[in-house]
Amino acid sequence: MLELFVEPFVKFEFMRRAMFGCLVIAAGAAPLGVFLMLRRMSLTGDVMAHAILPGAAIGYLVGGFSLSALTFGGIIAGFVVALLSGLIARTTILKEDASLATFYLISLALGVLIISIRGDNIDLIHILFGSVLALNDGALLLLCCVTTFTMLSLALMFRLILMESVDPQFLASLSRLGAIGHYSFLALVVLNLVAGFHAMGSLMIIGIMLLPAATARFWARSVGTLILIAFLIGAASSLLGLLASFHFSVPSGPAIILTAGLMYLISLFIGREGGWISSNSKNPKVTQ
Amino acid sequence: MVQGAALQLSDLSVNFGAIPALLGLNADLAVGSLTAVVGPNGAGKSTLLKTVVGEVQPFRGRVSFGALKRSEVAYLPQHSTIERDFPISVQEIVTMGLWNELGPFGAPDRRQRTEVEEAIEAVGMAGLESRMIGQLSGGQLQRALFARLLLQKGKLILLDEPFNAVDTKTLIDLIRVIKEWHSDGITILAVLHDQETVRAHFPQTLLIARELVAHGPTRQVLTGANTQLASRMCEACADELHSCSKVNT
Repeated sequence: MLELFVEPFVKFEFMRRAMFGCLVIAAGAAPLGVFLMLRRMSLTGDVMAHAILPGAAIGYLVGGFSLSALTFGGIIAGFVVALLSGLIARTTILKEDASLATFYLISLALGVLIISIRGDNIDLIHILFGSVLALNDGALLLLCCVTTFTMLSLALMFRLILMESVDPQFLASLSRLGAIGHYSFLALVVLNLVAGFHAMGSLMIIGIMLLPAATARFWARSVGTLILIAFLIGAASSLLGLLASFHFSVPSGPAIILTAGLMYLISLFIGREGGWISSNSKNPKVTQ
Repeated sequence: MVQGAALQLSDLSVNFGAIPALLGLNADLAVGSLTAVVGPNGAGKSTLLKTVVGEVQPFRGRVSFGALKRSEVAYLPQHSTIERDFPISVQEIVTMGLWNELGPFGAPDRRQRTEVEEAIEAVGMAGLESRMIGQLSGGQLQRALFARLLLQKGKLILLDEPFNAVDTKTLIDLIRVIKEWHSDGITILAVLHDQETVRAHFPQTLLIARELVAHGPTRQVLTGANTQLASRMCEACADELHSCSKVNT
């Protein structure tokens, strides 16, 4: 047992670094994922994660495989897309889901193309799926800074973001701060996606935000509990995923996301808040 | 101009694209008046309230609040944008009414928490404080929104069809809340379609059909001749523009 679960972390520094990185990512991702889900913005989050790719790719083209170049490019691209997608949905006839889907496709194609201009497939795989087993000091420091900043910002703006999520019209009638809350929230999502994509890859990072949040919905009712459970699920998936990747020699990013996916599937059946079994065995929830 | 008006509409005109929704509306609401806004479908009743709160910009004319500050105007829209699935309790949604006191960062103190409890009690929701909003009936949600409105402590309260999809018991309770506001000297302007309710509980009526038809004591405004005139005016412009449905707000 000990051998299976503890030894890899004791023996290998890269496993400890990966564990630390993943736990930090899970802490920042949990509250953001919960709000993305509750605001019905899961797809938006997904698109922003992909939108980072061309930015990171241009950073890669200019600066090579360096943390700062990739991060800087990713942040710029993420912010641009966060602003653009809202703008396009408001000002053209395209519905938001269609405009998001176009962004998603264009970004992915563009990103892959740019990386392949200069790099090889190994670099491409690193950027798409992350290299959680090769996190250097810089990447860990970036993760810690972004997560700390996220926690502080969310603590400060919790009511603003909550009200903007529950009843935007009401908040707008009271204050002009709603837009600030909305865009600050999107900015935090972008920051976390960019900091996290070094570890999990631009295709996988959004998974550690969305899957634990969606899973938590089957276990909790209040926003606070949802965030706590989402963090626990994210942390557990990270550890188990890392171990699975270690023992079975599979890529660690996908292993972590699949573990989170497995937890989601299990909760889908046995979750006590509207899981499949609870909805079919009891009387349906009274809505009166 | 009436001295001590809580709300003055001067030559208020609103367009949606090329289609007029309100035309040259002039009206003064006295401080402490209880007024119903009545008119046929597409008369611009909701548009009027939205323009007053600044959600819609007039292309001509202006809205002024007399001695009131903008933050003393409270508004309950017809279709609340409340996300019903959001996991938030009655108590939390009602507490949002304290925004003007708490701002984005403050936490309610003991006195404010008592106020929240009292507001919930006043709308007949005592005991349902921790109920999630997704589990409320339409009437219960409207009660909760009235409690939130109570806490906003507005001096001018605008209600858009507040009794839509509400059961009779809720209607009676909410009218009692409105009457308490009225006796506290708060100015109230409510869009209503049920003329029985208006006749029974609202001393003043503002009858509009894009333009002002009549404004004054309900008994003098809600005459057969006036309401017929209003619907003819609305039908006339609907025929003319073929688009009454678009401005059906």
